[in-house]
This record gives sequence, C-alpha cells and structure tokens, in this order.
Amino acid sequence: MDQFRLFPPQASTSSHEVDALFFALTLISLFFMAIIFLPIIFFSVKYRRGSSADRSNPSSGSFWVESGWTIGPIFLSLGLFAWSALAYFRLERRPANAIEVQVVGKQWMWKLQHAEGKREINELHVPVNSTVAMTMTSQDVIHSFFVPAFRVKQDVVPGRYTGIWFKPTRTGEYHIFCAQYCGTQHSQMVGRVVVMEPQAYENWLKSGEPTESIVLAGERLFHDRGCSGCHSPNSQFHAPLLQGLYRKPVPLADGTMATANDEYLRDSILQPAKQITAGYANIMPSFTGHLSEEEIMQLIAYLKYIGNQPPPSQ
Amino acid sequence: MNGTTPAPETMKSATELVVERPGEFARENYLSIHRGVRAWLLTKDHKRIGLLYLGTILIFFLIASVAAALMRIELLTPQPKLVTSETYNKLFTIHGVLMVWFFLIPSIPTVLGNFVLPMMIGARDVAFPKLNLMSWYIFVAGGALALWSLIRGGVDTGWTFYTPYSTTYANTHVISMAAGVFVAGFSTIVTGINFIVTTHKMRAPGLTWFRLPLFVWSLYATSLIMVLATPVLAITLALISVERFWGVGIFDPKLGGDPVLFQHLFWFYSHPAVYIMILPGMGVISELITCFSRKRIYGYAWVGSASMAIAILGFMVWGHHMFVSSQSVYAGMIFSILSFLVAVPSGIKVFNWTATLHKGSIHFATPMLYALGFIGLFTIGGLTGLFLAALAVDVHVHDTYFVIAHFHYIMVGGMVMAFMGGLHYWWPKISGRLYPEFAGKLAAMITFIGFNLTFFPQFILGYLGQPRRYHIYPPEFQIFHVLSTAGASVLGIGYLMPLIYFIWSWRRGRAAGPNPWRATGLEWQTSSPPPEHNFEQTPIVTGPPYSYSAEKDVDLNLASI
Repeated sequence: MDQFRLFPPQASTSSHEVDALFFALTLISLFFMAIIFLPIIFFSVKYRRGSSADRSNPSSGSFWVESGWTIGPIFLSLGLFAWSALAYFRLERRPANAIEVQVVGKQWMWKLQHAEGKREINELHVPVNSTVAMTMTSQDVIHSFFVPAFRVKQDVVPGRYTGIWFKPTRTGEYHIFCAQYCGTQHSQMVGRVVVMEPQAYENWLKSGEPTESIVLAGERLFHDRGCSGCHSPNSQFHAPLLQGLYRKPVPLADGTMATANDEYLRDSILQPAKQITAGYANIMPSFTGHLSEEEIMQLIAYLKYIGNQPPPSQ
Repeated sequence: MNGTTPAPETMKSATELVVERPGEFARENYLSIHRGVRAWLLTKDHKRIGLLYLGTILIFFLIASVAAALMRIELLTPQPKLVTSETYNKLFTIHGVLMVWFFLIPSIPTVLGNFVLPMMIGARDVAFPKLNLMSWYIFVAGGALALWSLIRGGVDTGWTFYTPYSTTYANTHVISMAAGVFVAGFSTIVTGINFIVTTHKMRAPGLTWFRLPLFVWSLYATSLIMVLATPVLAITLALISVERFWGVGIFDPKLGGDPVLFQHLFWFYSHPAVYIMILPGMGVISELITCFSRKRIYGYAWVGSASMAIAILGFMVWGHHMFVSSQSVYAGMIFSILSFLVAVPSGIKVFNWTATLHKGSIHFATPMLYALGFIGLFTIGGLTGLFLAALAVDVHVHDTYFVIAHFHYIMVGGMVMAFMGGLHYWWPKISGRLYPEFAGKLAAMITFIGFNLTFFPQFILGYLGQPRRYHIYPPEFQIFHVLSTAGASVLGIGYLMPLIYFIWSWRRGRAAGPNPWRATGLEWQTSSPPPEHNFEQTPIVTGPPYSYSAEKDVDLNLASI
C-alpha cells in the first residue's frame, strides 16, 4: 500500500477497463499535442523574423481546412463518448448475486456491516474474485467512497442510497479514501480494503464474537419498534402487507405508481405521508429520529427478504 | 478634449499605420489631466476604472497566492507540520473563493476589457460610464465582505459551498462569505451589460461586426454568459443563507431538502463561469498571435464563431461535475457527450492560431512568449478535459489532483498567461512606457517552467488516487508534492518579476510612443498614454482587422534591457 509508484495497482475487473480507456485517451492527447506543437515549433524556426522563408500569398482561411478540423474531432469525440459511456454503464449496473455490504459514512469514519452481521470501521475485508456490492448512505454530510486500486468512486449522500460494486482480482491491501470534502478531518476519513483468499475470508467472517445477520437484526427491529403491530395479517389497523412487495410497482393514492425499491422503503419509514399507498389512510407515524441509518438499512434488508417471499393470502 | 496632444494625421482607418515617432510620451493624457485621490475615486473614465480594478484584483491575487504558498509548504510532508486541518481547509477555501471570484473572473474583462474595449471600437468610453464606476464600487464592497469573513476567522467549505456541509455543519463564516460573492456577482452583471451595449451601440463608423477584433468578440461572448449565468449563482447563495440562517429545508435532507439540487444550481452557474474565465483569454491570444507574427488571423469567422459556440454549449454541460454524485446514469451520458462537443470549438481556436503562424514573420517579444505558452498549456488543459468528459475515467479521477491539475492548466496556464501576455502587450498604451524586454522574456519563461513543474506532477498524483483537499496524505505521494512545491516557488518568482518591473517602468521606463508594436488595432491609433477621451477624431474603419503584412519587415520598439 505504501510504496512509491507512478501508476496505481490494478486490483479489480473494472481497473483494466478504465485503464484501457485512459491509455487510449493518452495516446489521442499525444497525437493532438504532436499535430499542434510540432507545427508551432517548425513555423517558429522557419518563419522567425528575418529568415529568408517564402512569405508570399499567405492564406487567411479555407472552408475545407476549417471543416476538416471541425468534423474530424467531432467524430473522434463521438467514438470516445461511446466507449466511455459503455464502460460507465457497466460500472453503474449493480450485478446480481453479489456479496452485500452496508455502508454508513459519518464525520469522519466509514461504518460497514456485512450481510452476515460482521461490523467493521474504516476497514473492509472481501474475498478475491467475488463480486461485492455495497449500499451506502451518510448520516450527516456528503462523503464519497473511493478505492483507487479498483477505479471506483461513488458519492455517499445523506437522505438517499447510492451503490457501488467491484470484483477484486488481486489479494492485498488498498486505500479507501473519502473523496468528497466533508469537514475538518476529511483527510483522515481513510481506511483500507483487505482482499483475501476465499478461505481466509470465510475464517475471518467466523472469527470474533458471533453476530446477528442483517436480516435477523431487521426482523427483530420490525417487531420491537412496532412495525409488525400494523403491517401484519392479524392487525386491527388497515396497513399494507409487506411480503412480496420488494421491487414491485405500488399504486399510490394520487393515482401515480411507485416502485418499492430501497429508496421508496426508506422514504416510507421516515416520511410516510410523502407517498400514500392507494386504498390506505395516512395514519403511519414518522420514524425520523427514532432509527439510526444502520437500523433503517437492517429493516430494509428484512423487508427485502420478506419482499421476495410470496404475499400471504388474506 | 482640450489641450491633448495633436492627433496623428493618418488616424483615418485601421489599415493605415500611424507615422511612428519613437519615444514620444504624451504629456497630456488621461493620467495627468485630473490629479488627486478624489479624481480617481470619482472617475468615469474607463481607462482609470480599468486601473482601479487592476489594483484591486492584485490585492486579492496576492492574498490568494499566499494561501496557496502556505498550502504548498504544508504539503511538503505527509503529516501536518505548519497548520491544523481546520486552518488548511480555510486556506484552500480562501484560495479558491478569492482566485475565482475576485481575480480570475474580473481579471481580463474588467482590467484589459475596460481599458481597451472602447478604444478598440473607436469609442470615447463605454456606454454607461457611471455604471462602470458603480460596478467597481460593488466589487470593492463584495471584496470587503469576503475579507471581513476572512478576518473574523474564515470559511472552511471550499469554494464550492457544497450542502449540507455549508448550510448545517460548517461552524465558520459561511453567510458573510456567500454575501461577499453574491455582491461581487452584481458587479459582474453590470460590467457584462455595459460591454454588450457598448459593443452594439458605440462602434466607430465602418466597424461592422465582422471587422471587430477577436478580443471584442470574446468579450461579447463572455458578457452574455456573465449576464445570463450570474443571477443563478446569486439565487443559489441566497438559498444557502436562507437555509443556514432560518433553517428552511432546501438542501439538507434532515430538513426535507435535497443536497444534490445544490450541485445542479451551483454548477449551472459555475461551469459557464469557467468560460467567463477562459474566453477573454482566448481573445487576447488572437490579438497577440496576429500582431507578433505580422499576419491576418487564420479563419477569422471560425475563431469568432467558436467563442459564441463555447458560450452557448457551456451552459449545457454542468452535469459533468456530477458523474458520481448519484445523478441519473442517462443524464450523465447526455452531459458527457455535450462535454466532448464543447471541446471542438476550443480545438478550432488552437488550430487556427497555429495556422496563423504559417508564413508569418514571428517576433518573439514577451507578449508572444506568453501567447505561445498559453497555446501549449491550454492544449494540455483542454486535452485532459477529455479524460474528465469520459465517464468511466472521470469516476476514477473525479475529486482527485487530476482535476486540480486540469483546471489549473486552463485557469493559470491559460487565463493567467493570457492576462500577463495582454498586460505586457497593452502596458505601453496604459503607462505610455516600455517594460524591460529582457526581464519580460525571462519572467515569461520562468512562469512557463515553474507552472509545468507545479502542476504536471499533479496529473500523476491524481491518477494514483490522491484526493483533493487533503491536509494529510499517504507517504508514498510525497515525492510528487515536493516537486509541486518546488515548481510553485519557481512560479512565484515568475509572477513577482513583472510586478517589480511594471512598477519600475511606470516612471522610469523608456517612452513607448503611440504604437510600439506597429499594431493595426484602433487602440494604437492614438497617443500613449491616450488622451482622456481616447481619440482626437473618431476613427473611420475601412477594412478588416489584422491587416498585417509579413512580407514587410518591421522594427518593433522594444526596450533594450
């Protein structure tokens, strides 16, 4: 991690893709520098004041020359755009069947929790050659999760969930930086990713105190905080059932539709009046201030878990 | 108009050169005609207002440079040695706020633009001289507010004021600093309106739009952005203050706001503002390249239209600052393609400047060295902009030193080089005297070398992953920071030298005469320093600009030292 180098380590699948684009851009830049700087140097020598060069019939413009250096770069930039956009699209599309990690950023530390329940601060242990997908939020200001060796970066925004994924290809330790200025100790909001052999990772997961998985923690919260009092088939209150809900379309009272994704579930817990499900009354209290960001994430993990089960018949 | 020097006889058209009388200093001029502090503070003369601006922005440039110097010294070591993290964060905020709003944005328009725009179009003054003076007072008021927040303890939000840090979490003087920028913005708007009306209404007879010098075109494009974009900045800063002071939820999600909304509003102004900073510089370069290669500009209409294309496209690329902000993937793609396209008109300009050298008679005087330095550095800055427009690469280099290096190549390598080049070029007109030529060339070369040494290592550092705004950094990055600090020391010398010899030459320099560069612009068709109302008779223009001939060898009036 702490050795001098001119180029960052390539430790994930996307690092190769990004670097290929980077080298292509570097070559194109060198090409343009050559076709601009070499003529400047050549003209500066040949046409320096007092030289005997032929200066008769100077041209002050040609439509074809101008069109050439307008249209050529346009096509070149469209090609570069297409390449970079495809690579970006792959970076942004979260793959299925990934190892899930929940991340909460706060001034000035990273709090991470694995699906199995294991917690870490400013450190992230992951197995090599497996896809890791993280769901992130912030409990105060905007941060940004950045691992240079993986060529990935994503802002971590309070009030919403953002995602990032990577597939490490080399074991070792790599920097985690907060890339978005977040206050006094911004430069100390750093950590490391430890990429391990799969067996070592399994051992690491099992080490230490036994932990409650995120889904179990969510289930416990669902009962302890009273969610199950209303959102259950036996409830005397008229509240929507949450089984089978995740990622499904939800008809709203105002006639529009919403999709029951993480963001929607989060809003429904914290600002229930914002989107009322059609056919239900606006009676749910807000849980703002009663749940930490970690607890909301655990609840959503549980809702996601029951959301993939078939809805119970009423 | 009483008692000024007799007009040169041939002040009829832009195509006829003044009969040169080397070494003549116009005794009666805009500087000598009214004396005393009161005359300066109440002046409506665009030339004096330009000088008032020059003095004011230099003060801000010096303060912001000292902040940069302290940061560079601190960054010599990975661990803190000189200042606390809190102070470090205030230093980069001061550096950014003062450099952007109190130096770069006003620099060329308010100093060189104010001084030469009316003369270039053969006018006695700008369209609204009183408004022009008012804009300087507004600017000073904004600057005073900024300095006041500095004296009270500074601000630590960064020049970007990102929410909700700036509205809820920062414990520093955000509102007064935002108010300073807010007020200074009005001075920008007023200057923009003044330049637009001046260009439309005050052109000399025969000076049609396509006979305008390209510096005028670039100032016109800049003024349009100033008038259209700056109000959005004012609204954004006002909203920050409303949320911070009254707790109205606009940007902080805890109050029901949206922090990313701020970024859209901020960059909707601040990206066009980048073009406010660079377009006038491009205009200056067109003047310098033509004069010192004794050539008509290659592709006049294309260079002029490119300014307008940049001004328009520049309004549609703000989202490229937000590729990792959680903005929609598809929005990111639109902003990416538009950002690639905005590079095209900048490329057109560079190609045309290069082609202008062909069959020229190139004089390597100081302004030309700055102009050539500009082309080199701006080209590198522009090409690295493509890396940032390329979505997948931007994800990696966003908010790293790569971005810092890129925009310093544009802002310092581009804009400041152009400003220095323009200042040297018009200095004989402004002061009536020549600066020492050898010292000028030396300073230009020192600036170029120092600049590259400072900022080139930052490209490598950025791709390695060093985030910006880091007080403490991993030890393996140290070598690049040391190189950068060494470069900054050289760069500092490159900036101090002109300061010293300009002040020296103000009284001691050799008299320049009306047209030491044998240039064709109307501003050279009158004595140096010019009379209070610029021209004895309104010039009449009969031909296109830049009617230079490289086949005739001319002697420029250069100071021998």
